[in-house]
Amino acid sequence: MELINQHTKRIMEGCKERARAAGLSFTDESLEYIVTNRDLIELGPKVMIPTLYDFWVHDVEVLHEKGKYELYPHNPYETVINTRPPISFYNDNNPDWLNVMIFYHVLAHIDFFQNNLFFRHTWDYDFTGEALSDKRLIARLRTEKGHWVDYVIEFARSIDNLVDFHGELARIYTPPNASCSRRLDYYFDTFLQSEKKVPVSEYIKEVERYNDCLKNFGDMGEKTFFHDTEKRYPEFDSHFARWQENRREKSRDLLRYLLEHSPALQKDANSWMKPLLEIVRKTSIFFQPQIRTKIMNEGWASYWHETLFLMDDRIKGHEVDFARVHAGVTSMPRVGINPYAIGLRLFNYIEEQADKGRRSYQFQRLADATARKEFDAESGSGKAYIFRVREDYCDYMFLKDFLDQDFVDLHRLFVAGKRLDQQRMVWQYFVKSRRSVDYRDMMLNALYHPPVITPDTEKGLDGSLYLVHRFEGKQLIQEYIANTLMGIEFLWGGPVYLETSVAQKESGNRQPGSAEDTGQRDIRWQRVVYCMNEKVLSRKNL
Amino acid sequence: MRKDLETYLAELKAKGLSPEAEARFLAELATAEDGHDPVAVHLDRQASFYRYCDAVLLQRMAGIDYGVTRLMKSLDELLERDKQREADGFPRKIRMGRLVKPGRGSKGKVVVVPTTYEEKLIHDPAVNPESDAPPSGGTGEGKEGEVIGEQPVRDEGDEPGSGAGQGGGESHELESSAYELGKTLTEKFQLPNLKEKGAKRSFTHYTYELTDKNRGFGQVLDKKSTLREIVETNIALGNLPDVADIDPTRFLIAPHDKIYRVFSQEKDYEPQAMVFFLRDYSGSMAGKVTELIVSQHVMIYSWLLYQYAGQVESRFILHDTEAKEVPDFYTYYNLRVAGGTQVASAYAMVNGIVEKEKLARDYNIYVFHGTDGDDWDSGGEKTLPELKRMLAYVSRMGITIAEHGQVASTEVSRYLKGSGLLQEKPKLLRLDIMQEDADEARIIEGIKTLIS
Repeated sequence: MELINQHTKRIMEGCKERARAAGLSFTDESLEYIVTNRDLIELGPKVMIPTLYDFWVHDVEVLHEKGKYELYPHNPYETVINTRPPISFYNDNNPDWLNVMIFYHVLAHIDFFQNNLFFRHTWDYDFTGEALSDKRLIARLRTEKGHWVDYVIEFARSIDNLVDFHGELARIYTPPNASCSRRLDYYFDTFLQSEKKVPVSEYIKEVERYNDCLKNFGDMGEKTFFHDTEKRYPEFDSHFARWQENRREKSRDLLRYLLEHSPALQKDANSWMKPLLEIVRKTSIFFQPQIRTKIMNEGWASYWHETLFLMDDRIKGHEVDFARVHAGVTSMPRVGINPYAIGLRLFNYIEEQADKGRRSYQFQRLADATARKEFDAESGSGKAYIFRVREDYCDYMFLKDFLDQDFVDLHRLFVAGKRLDQQRMVWQYFVKSRRSVDYRDMMLNALYHPPVITPDTEKGLDGSLYLVHRFEGKQLIQEYIANTLMGIEFLWGGPVYLETSVAQKESGNRQPGSAEDTGQRDIRWQRVVYCMNEKVLSRKNL
Repeated sequence: MRKDLETYLAELKAKGLSPEAEARFLAELATAEDGHDPVAVHLDRQASFYRYCDAVLLQRMAGIDYGVTRLMKSLDELLERDKQREADGFPRKIRMGRLVKPGRGSKGKVVVVPTTYEEKLIHDPAVNPESDAPPSGGTGEGKEGEVIGEQPVRDEGDEPGSGAGQGGGESHELESSAYELGKTLTEKFQLPNLKEKGAKRSFTHYTYELTDKNRGFGQVLDKKSTLREIVETNIALGNLPDVADIDPTRFLIAPHDKIYRVFSQEKDYEPQAMVFFLRDYSGSMAGKVTELIVSQHVMIYSWLLYQYAGQVESRFILHDTEAKEVPDFYTYYNLRVAGGTQVASAYAMVNGIVEKEKLARDYNIYVFHGTDGDDWDSGGEKTLPELKRMLAYVSRMGITIAEHGQVASTEVSRYLKGSGLLQEKPKLLRLDIMQEDADEARIIEGIKTLIS
């Protein structure tokens, strides 16, 4: 890896000026490296972070035909990484005009990293720097503990998708004094609503009573309020105590939970394992926003490389070359989803809509098709609007909010189904639906979504760990359960249970693949508990 | 071709043929004109969109596939680590025996590489009540319900007429659990009856000998070379006026003139071997049986490449009623099944090749034959003589019969057992019969039978 030459760097700096003038914002410094294929082979498994810790799996080709992307934070071969300063990687033989295009693409990515609020937790430090110190720590531990270090890393990595990214964000975005006391939260949010199921009128009365207490007694308000409450609900305190006990255990962050509560890790002899778990967890959390904004991020970058390239005076004469590459990147495949293409078109669509003032209540309540088509409030606020979208949204919200029927019609999108023609033994691809609802569901379904798995302390008895998988219509990949639970057992130091749902195919003996596309398959979901004890997996129905 | 087969079948009928056998032969005959085209490459249109990335799309950074050579380098270390894993009480994790894209025309591209899975608790998109294949996006013309494209079914189901294995490209993978394959293949297997014939350089074994020369320093002084250097130097210096009268005491000796012998790595010579792979690709081989045979041959082939790199040469022969030699494993692996069966044709071809190229003198010859046991030459009248000729020179002949479930005893196994050759030459001829639902462990077991 070596830095780009002065000539190319000057081009980059020129791109920065123009991008800033267009409204993008990013830090001044950036590093650009030339990489060879050899470098890429090294960097790929380390998700392009040159300083990431060494791990033997990086030397092996990892098979992931199942759950392709869920296993990895994101596709390994990105061009730019979200560090301070941002680092980007280039072929050494790119012509200047192509570099101009890629630079704009990269700058838009950097702008996205540094402004989208889902990346907030990555703003205050340089990941490569931390990764380097982690790498050294791991290397040192290896000399002390030998290959056991690698087992701990492996087992920690096997649950690194079970980190509570959104919880992490919530912590950042909740102002320190915005919330009221736990007791109050519990009383109004849970106790009155779920346990006592009081009618709305009484609920409002309680709120008023609380406000009165605050008004009359000031700092003593809450205390007075609960003093009166206890008269009415003498059992409140014990309920609250129990809730508080459990609440902490409802953690969605299994890695964190293990760090705090695992009997094995609390032992002095095992304390060296903790930093390893921390490192794996931190790495996972670092990459979370990237995979959750793939479509937006690529759409945003494509939008800006198109806009800025065409405005750039330095590349006159390469419009056709540009068009060819650009089309290759952002063309819509006949079947399949291209995140660059969808993202770019959505940003264009949103901008146009906002320009015409269609992101308004007034437009949304219009039912008349012609009136909708001709509606133009000439608000001209398109640019500002998409800048706000890039700041506040993630892929899920982006698709959910903007992918509407007009957009689906405009680009003639459809949901493609695949069915078997048994006579001719071919897969047929067919237009399954042109409704935006279906298209959106299909897209949302394809988004990264790790399972929600939480520990249940009431069921985890005698030093065992009881995990509950919240069923969302998909079972877990069965083949992976054994080894993953074995890892958790190692980190926990006792038996591990996993409550989940598995598909029971109803009898009828239909060949796989022969199911008609429209006909629902007969699947019955069975709740089961897996138990991993002494490295032996067993399963029983609930 | 069909004509020939029909006349041949008529001849057989005249000799007397059971109705059941006739029906089978007719079924094969029906496929005779399908031809043995390579199977189309599978395209994954359902790939996740997270696979799109800048480096590939924008910069067309090629070759970001894993470097096979780099993976090979760490193989020993990885296996060592895996052994340690087992000792520590965890299941092994490295899998081997995977084929990396056997490219057309270059045999050496099939290699054993270590692979692994990183298991996590993740959703399985394949199991859903809607349909087998999760829907994807699309764009362009077409009414709802309209079919917009087709793709031949590859690995789903045992449809008749399909080729072996899983096609080319990405899905062209055959892997087995490491500990079984890796261990058995590298530790247990050895080519049997290997004799010293036409030794060839080994690339894996070295001996160290004092053969290289070095000026100035080294282990042993090479007196002759040193003297020659000294004489040369002295001539050049004009210190040797009369060549007829040399006085060694007057020599000027520069340190540079001293020639030493140093230890050097020498490639060892090892006997070389030629392996023939024979596969029945007749119509009756459709489905699972072909998969079994090909899997077994892939394993043998990968193991040979891995263990005897460079010393073992392989030839590939496919046969229906006629035998055909194909240039590389890729073709061997991928050609589609069709047509009738005559085992003798393949054996005759091997005999022909060996005789013509005089291979028996220089090579240890191994023949592996895979079939479903079906043979139109049901008594083995043509096959057995060819087989006997072959047994005169081979070091080992291994026949694998993957039986279809419904057949009680196949023609090939019947006439082989009847001939008594198996008992007569147990060192040279081995037969392994497995059912078509055999699993990988059984296949490996089979390899052991064939080459132990």
